[in-house]
Order: sequence, then C-alpha cells, then structure tokens
Amino acid sequence: MNPGLTLATAGRVLRQIRTDHRTIALIMVVPMVSIGLIAWIYNNTPIFDSIGPALLGVFPMIVMFVVTSVATLRERQSGTLERLLTTPMGKADFMLGYAAAFGLLAVVQALLATSFAIWVCDLDVVGPLWMLVLVAVLVAVLGTSLGLLASAFARTEFQAVQFMPAFITPQFLLCGLLVDRDRLPDVLSAVSDVLPLSYAVDAMKEVTAHPEATGAGLWSMAIVVGFIVLALALASLTLSRRTP
Amino acid sequence: MIETEGGPAVVVRGLNVVRGKRRVLPDISLVVPSGQVVGLLGPSGSGKTTLMRAIVGVQIVESGSVTVLGHAAGSAQLRREVGYLTQSPSIYSDLTIRENIRYFGRALGLRGAALTAAVDRTITEVDLDSHADQLVRDLSGGQESRVSLACALVGRPTLLVLDEPTVGLDPVLRRDLWNLFRDLAANGHSLIVSSHVMDEAARCDRLVLLREGRLLADVTPAELLERTGESDADAAFLSLVESTGGEEIW
Repeated sequence: MNPGLTLATAGRVLRQIRTDHRTIALIMVVPMVSIGLIAWIYNNTPIFDSIGPALLGVFPMIVMFVVTSVATLRERQSGTLERLLTTPMGKADFMLGYAAAFGLLAVVQALLATSFAIWVCDLDVVGPLWMLVLVAVLVAVLGTSLGLLASAFARTEFQAVQFMPAFITPQFLLCGLLVDRDRLPDVLSAVSDVLPLSYAVDAMKEVTAHPEATGAGLWSMAIVVGFIVLALALASLTLSRRTP
Repeated sequence: MIETEGGPAVVVRGLNVVRGKRRVLPDISLVVPSGQVVGLLGPSGSGKTTLMRAIVGVQIVESGSVTVLGHAAGSAQLRREVGYLTQSPSIYSDLTIRENIRYFGRALGLRGAALTAAVDRTITEVDLDSHADQLVRDLSGGQESRVSLACALVGRPTLLVLDEPTVGLDPVLRRDLWNLFRDLAANGHSLIVSSHVMDEAARCDRLVLLREGRLLADVTPAELLERTGESDADAAFLSLVESTGGEEIW
C-alpha cells in the first residue's frame, strides 16, 4: 500500500465525477427530496422524528453502492483495472482510493441532507452534528465497499443496477426503518443481526437520540467498520492480476 | 530501466494457454532479444494477444514459463519496467488526455516536475498537443488509441508490449510512431509490437509469425523475403500462412 497512489486514485475518481454534473446533482439532491417527501407525508405526526435519523443512514449507503458498483464494473470491462494492476498500483491503493473519494462526497451529501432534515423539515436531533456526519461517512464507505464487492459478480451494467434492489431491499426492510429490529419476527430479527445496514441505522438512531456518544452507538459504528473491512477484504480477492 | 546486459528481453518456454475450451497456445517457445523491435504477426485468432498477455503477466497460463528481463512475468519487480498497450483503448473516457496520462504516470511512481515533464513529452510523441485538455469521450477512435499508447509510454518502460498500436492511424502518424519505436530500441528499450499492416513488418528487427498458436517463423524481415522468394512482406506472409507444410520450411 502506498498513500501517494491511494490519493492519486481518489483524485482521479473525483475528477471523473466532476465531469458528470448530473450524477453530482443526483447524489446531493435525491436524499433531500426523499427526506422532504417523507417529512411532508408524516406531517403533524411524530413518525418523522423516529424514522428520519434512520433515513439519513440509508441514503449514503444506497447511493454510494450504486455509483461504486457501476464505476468499478466499468473499470473491469474497459481494461483500465487490468492495466493499473500491471503497474506498482496495489489493490489496496485502488480500493481505498475509491473509498476516500466517495467518502469525501458523502461528507458533502451528509451535510446537505442533515441540514435540510434539521432546519427545513424540523427533524429533532439531540446529538452533535459532527457525529451524525461521521456516521453518514462510515455508511457511505460501507456502501462503496459493498459496491466494489458486488461489481465482481456483475457482467453487465444492467446486472450491476439490479444488484441495488437485490443487495439493498432486504437490508432496507430489515434495518429497523419500518419496524424496530427487536419487534421483528425472531427469524427476521436474527437475519437483520447479520446485515450491515442494520448497524448503520442503529448508530444513526443512537447519535440522534443522545446528546453525547453512547456505548451502544460506538459499538454499532465499530461493527460498521468491521463490515467495511470484511467487504474490502473480500473485494480484494475479486481483483486479480491474472485472468483467464 | 533494467539493464539486461545483452541478455534476452523475454524467454518463453513450453507455454500452454487454454482460454474457454480452446487451447490458444499449445506449447510455444520463443526468445525475444533485448534492444530490438520485434513484430508479432499472424492472422486474427492466431494467439498474438494471448502471447502478449502472458508476457505482461495478466494471462492465467496452464503450464510453461515466461521470463521477462530475468524475472517471472508479472512479478512485482517488473511493474515499472513493462508497459502494456491493450488492443482496445483502456483509458478513462471522462478524464482529459492529460489527466489520463498523468494518472498512469503517477501509478508508475512519477511525481512532481518529473511527472509533468514525462506527460508533456508523451503528449507530443503521440501528437496530441492541441487536444491535451479535451475529455477523451470527445475524441475520435484514432485519437483515443493514441492516448492509450501515451499511457504505456509515459513511464519509459524497459519492455513495451504493444497490441496493434497503429490501427486506424493515418500514414504520417504511423511513420512518426514507428520512428519513435526505432528511437526507443536504439536507446536500449525492447519492443514487442503486433500488427496487421505488413508494410510495418519491414521496420522490425525481427518477425515472429504465429498461426493457430504455433510459431510459424522467427526471422529477420530480409530472411522472410529470401526464404519465401517473395518481393514484399505482404506476399511473403500470405505464402507462408497458406503453405500447408509451413512449419517444415523453418
């Protein structure tokens, strides 16, 4: 691993996205629009205050998963990945470069979505803003890591996009956004215990509900970090220098 | 640059490669001398690209050995020393020409002023100065393949493996690139260049002819003409490929 090459890759990924204004707009605006819609739907009810924080944890994951899985699939197909792996660039430099670039985008996305939720939609957030952003960035990096992994199993961009519902919908349904995880049927509750998004949402709920960091919140964040490491380790196995 | 001290650039021994269900390279052996431009010729599907991939070290091989500059193909010591141009351009269409070449230069460990100088030099070599800050997606096919070539040239590797570097280029540009290849060889670099254009064969030091994964000939251009009794490379190639007992001539 070489920090210089990681940074070079992060810079390259950001430069690529810079030329795609529509993608930038979608990454930044879609979470705000969705949060705004949900706040409006549940107008004058306490429901938004209970699911709003979870939503802030779901968006970075979904968006970064889709963007990363398509971007890395393109690298695999265009031959740029194979070419990079013939240079001193390591697999770790490549993957962490992506994680850093999308992590940075996630900071901006989280700031916009959180500000919008708090000041426009009147979301009740007790915890410090920076903790909220930190969790959002972790979740975004998780989405990026899972996207890197998922891209190995897609042969076409059609498949890569279909992985979004395949990978994300079960996690979305079971993460505690619709029904609290401890009120799920036993089997589903057990399944939700092994899905990464559950811990992202747990962390987000803890952070927004308490004025200071809680043990449960930090533990959930640690588990998210564990999932990131696991996903990156598995993804690195799919980046092979030699192919048939 | 790795000094090969007159040793061969590439040694291939008993190489077997299977892709899908087909044995693309059945037991091929070959020595590529250093400091030369070696042309890799043969009909489409003859195994040229597979052989180049094996030399670069990105091909899974069944058996046999490929040694490049004294190291096993694809080993870590070679990552700065071997430049590879794939047949279809492998570059980022949503970056500019300069950004593409900079990034690949950076991947090879160039930085600062040395990187900027190498990028500028390479852009001039492939004659893209006037377009350097355009996005690759706005370029023509021929320009795209030159950007891809530039990304292979930027690190000045000891061995350049170029899969059809001049396809789709006009004659002036092809001549200039071949002059560049000759200059590189004169300065001790080794080049393996695959081509479909037979008039380029005359500009190689050696020619390696493949058919169905077998080595049909490994000769100088003059020897090729002499042995086939033809007057130009095109006809010599045809007579060689079409002669059923071709292997026995050599």
